[in-house]
Amino acid sequence: MKSLAQLEQLKKEMREVLKIRDGVASGPWNYHVMVCGGAGCISSNCRDIVTALKAELAAKGLEKEVKVVLTGCMGPCDMGPVMIVYPEGTFYRRVKPKDAATIVEEHLANGTPVRRLLYRAPGSTEPIPKYSDIDFFKKQHKVVLRNMLYIDPLLIEDYISRDGYGALGKALTQMKPEEVIATVKAAGLRGRGGAGFPSGMKWEFTAKATGSPKYVVCNADEGDPGAFMDRSVLEGDPHSIIEGMTICGYAIGAERGYVYIRAEYPLAIERLEAAIARAREFGFLGQDIFGTGFNFDIEIRIGAGAFVCGEETALLTSIEGRRGEPRPRPPFPANAGLFGKPTVINNVETWANIAPIILNGSEWFASIGTEKSKGTKVFALAGRVNNTGLVEVPMGTTVREIVFDIGGGIPRKKAFKAVQTGGPSGGCIPAEHLDVPVDYDSLGQLGAIMGSGGMIVMDEDTCMVDIAKFFLDFVVDESCGKCSPCRIGTKRALETLERIANGNGKEGDIELLLELCSTIKQTALCGLGQTAPNPVLSTIRYFRHEYEDHIKEHKCQASVCEFKAAEE
Amino acid sequence: MVACGCKCETTEQAQLIEQLDRIIDEYRGQPRGLIQVLHKAQELVGYCPKWVQVRVAEGLGVSLQEVYGVVTFYALFSLIPKGRHKISVCAGTACYVKGTKMVVKAIRQHLGIKPGQTTEDSRFSLETVRCIGACGLAPAMIIGKDVHGRLEPEQIPEILEQYQ
Repeated sequence: MKSLAQLEQLKKEMREVLKIRDGVASGPWNYHVMVCGGAGCISSNCRDIVTALKAELAAKGLEKEVKVVLTGCMGPCDMGPVMIVYPEGTFYRRVKPKDAATIVEEHLANGTPVRRLLYRAPGSTEPIPKYSDIDFFKKQHKVVLRNMLYIDPLLIEDYISRDGYGALGKALTQMKPEEVIATVKAAGLRGRGGAGFPSGMKWEFTAKATGSPKYVVCNADEGDPGAFMDRSVLEGDPHSIIEGMTICGYAIGAERGYVYIRAEYPLAIERLEAAIARAREFGFLGQDIFGTGFNFDIEIRIGAGAFVCGEETALLTSIEGRRGEPRPRPPFPANAGLFGKPTVINNVETWANIAPIILNGSEWFASIGTEKSKGTKVFALAGRVNNTGLVEVPMGTTVREIVFDIGGGIPRKKAFKAVQTGGPSGGCIPAEHLDVPVDYDSLGQLGAIMGSGGMIVMDEDTCMVDIAKFFLDFVVDESCGKCSPCRIGTKRALETLERIANGNGKEGDIELLLELCSTIKQTALCGLGQTAPNPVLSTIRYFRHEYEDHIKEHKCQASVCEFKAAEE
Repeated sequence: MVACGCKCETTEQAQLIEQLDRIIDEYRGQPRGLIQVLHKAQELVGYCPKWVQVRVAEGLGVSLQEVYGVVTFYALFSLIPKGRHKISVCAGTACYVKGTKMVVKAIRQHLGIKPGQTTEDSRFSLETVRCIGACGLAPAMIIGKDVHGRLEPEQIPEILEQYQ
């Protein structure tokens, strides 16, 4: 790609072909059938549906009129396998390969949607044919997941048709590096990995730091249990990450980027590798991008199963080929990052926000969300909730809206107990705070954190002591062992929790936990250790009576804990 | 035959060493390639025994203790051989809330192994892993490359029978 005009031309051509996905019937195509290819649907054999549809279409001689596309994650995992038929946007759920014949016969050949596969709201028998009328989709605001329902992640042309690489073209040809940084700063984008540090400031520090070369790093080591946002973006829209990182490279003066992905995500690795290769062919990566003399390229580094590598300094150490142990900050990566050089490190979701900000301007982005938390946040909604899946909402949306309106409430008429955000670094939000707006500061005040986006719903059958034990067990397992507060402190806290859960808790154990947790928080070396006590502190804060029940009454209300006699 | 310096017992092993050397060549003399090389080495050999670590250390120019340090730090590298089919039961939060314990119990009853062990006939090895990102399908497990979701304990024997 040598000029913005050339990109515009290609976009125009592709837009014409693909406008059917915006609801406008066009050209040779009568229908585009988009089959969800997210991890959940793939596990439910959506690939067999694609094969079956193609075979049925070929048998009817319709393969030139109907196109079948495997997309990224559409979001409603619990209803999977799902599909959307354009131009009208018909939504089918729980589709099986044997339904392919009916869909082709009734819908794609004769224009009548298959009634029994349509979505029905809980408690209603009336089908809702169009996806845009379904609460799950209606109440979302998609910026990061903007392309999920519309593109084939393997086709760079599909991405281009939806403004892909337009932001890179604009930045390179019409903006100075400092203008790019100023735009990201003014947008108020904060890091989506969990801590919420202003991204524009990170970029500015790195741009101003002395030392070369500089590096751009993508943290795709999504380790929080119960979180799959980054995975879905990498699998469903890999080019958005490449574009965001390349724009940053231009802004801070870097020529090389690394994406650190966990090995547990083979499909994400495969799709990103393919996307990088295509971006090189199109000249969005490599030498002299857009004819401006700017060079940039990206390499993938695969992790090897260590949760602590999600911590930025540990991640950088791991890219260097060593044990992923964190190092003290300062110096921050902006001054001494990868190989000791100035480095910007952001997480996947942050990178996916960059192109829309550059393209639509900082005012547009800042108009979404709350005063101090701008834009949207993607959540992986899971646990005891009806509509598990991937959702994106403006910052400031309440927990109640996410769990009950979008998530469809709790299955089997059970009572809601709490949601857990932020994984092993986060905390619980109990029922009395259901109306809290989800933004960095409000969640922080409640002792939870925004975290990377895992949101686990728990009902009355969940024991909070057991949950605290689960997270602490996780941390004990994943602690790298470099500093003693984390290595020894979390172990001692876990032993105390186990004692309580076994029915052998003693008077004073809760106070012991509180003291231990406060010490770990203040003295651990890195983010993993400093936040490790959060699940314990937050469950004691809101569910202290459950701890007391275990200790004094030997009672587990949720009947999860098995009490054992004390070992002499 | 390659002159590898060790006492290769079979041509098969010699071939393995030759292939390993080709993997090392990509990063020869570059310590930063250690994790990438170990990934490929483990894929080739199945695990990371001492002789692999020694060869990688020499090839990349790092000490053996550093290689051993990395192999034992990361959960994905193994010092012992794994079974033909690797069962990874997800112990992420969503799966935990929905019944990881019961899945592990059912597998344990059926195969007689605990997480971290391999069956005597090398057919299965069992481990619990941290979130496979299929939270919508909780509780879930991976066998080989297949994801099995929405598990009930009574399905376990039938699922395991598919893998011989």
